[in-house]
Amino acid sequence: MKNLNSLMAAYLAVWVIFSVYQFTVSRRLARLKDEVQRLKDNLKR
Amino acid sequence: MAQAHASSTLSPASAAKPASSQGLETIGVALLLAIAGYCALFVAPTEATMGQIQRIFYFHMPFGITAFVSFLISFYASIAYLRTRAPKWDLLAVSSAEVGVPFITVMLVTGSIWAHPVWGIWWTWDARLTSTFVLWVLYVCYLLLRTLIDDPERRAVISAVFNIFAAFDVPFVYFSIWFFRTQHPQPVIGGGGSLDPRMFDVLVVCWVATLAMLGLLLRQRYRLEALRHEVAQLRMEAGSPGEQL
Repeated sequence: MKNLNSLMAAYLAVWVIFSVYQFTVSRRLARLKDEVQRLKDNLKR
Repeated sequence: MAQAHASSTLSPASAAKPASSQGLETIGVALLLAIAGYCALFVAPTEATMGQIQRIFYFHMPFGITAFVSFLISFYASIAYLRTRAPKWDLLAVSSAEVGVPFITVMLVTGSIWAHPVWGIWWTWDARLTSTFVLWVLYVCYLLLRTLIDDPERRAVISAVFNIFAAFDVPFVYFSIWFFRTQHPQPVIGGGGSLDPRMFDVLVVCWVATLAMLGLLLRQRYRLEALRHEVAQLRMEAGSPGEQL
C-alpha cells in the first residue's frame, strides 16, 4: 500500500475544493434571495 | 434595452425545477460519484509501475476534461452573446466559467500530489503544467474582471471578448504534450498509448460522474446568476443601483 497517503490526500482535496465552492454558492444564493425579498417589500410600499 | 427585454425570460423560476426534482438529481449525482469513487479505488486494476498512486488518474483526467467542457460552453456562450446581445448567454458564460475553475483546480492539485512520489517534485514549468496554470489564472482573471465593471452591458461585452481570448488556451493545454517534450506523460487515449480495458471502463464511469456533477453545478450557478439579474432589475425599478452581489 505504498503511497496510500498521497492517494487519500488527492481524494480529500477533491472533496475539500468542491465543498468550499458549494458553500460559497449556497451563501451567495441565500444572500440574493434575502435581497430580492427586501427589494420586493420596498417596491410594495 | 436588452436587459429589460430579457427580464421576463431570465427569472430564476425558469432556471429552477421543483425542489423534489432537484433533490433527486442531487442524490443521483452523489450516487454516481460514490460508484465512480468505489470503481477507482477498488475495481480498477493496480498499475504495475506506479502502484496505488496511479488511481489518482481516475479523477485527475476526468476533472480536467470536464473543466475543458465547461470552458468551451463558456466560450460558445460568449460568442453567442456578442452575436445576439441576449443576456442569457452572458449569464451562461459566467456560470460555466466559474464552475470550470474548481474542476481545473482539482486537476492542478491532484496532478501535483501525483507528481511528488512519481517524479520526485511537486511542480515543474513544462508546457502542459504551465499552460494549465495559465488557463486557471485566465479564468480567475475573467471572474475578477467582471467584478470591476459596473455597467452590465459593458461588463458583458468586455468579459465576452476576454473569455474568447482565454478559451484559446484550452486546445493549447490539450495539445501541448504533442507539440513539446514535457515531463507530463504522453496521452494514454488517442495519442498512440494504450490503456487496460478495465482501466478504460473505470475512466468512463468517472468521467460520466464528473459530467453529471458539472450539469448539476452549472444549473445551480445559472440560477444564482439569474437571481442576481433579477436583483439588478429590481434595484433599477427601486432607483438604487446598489452594490454588486
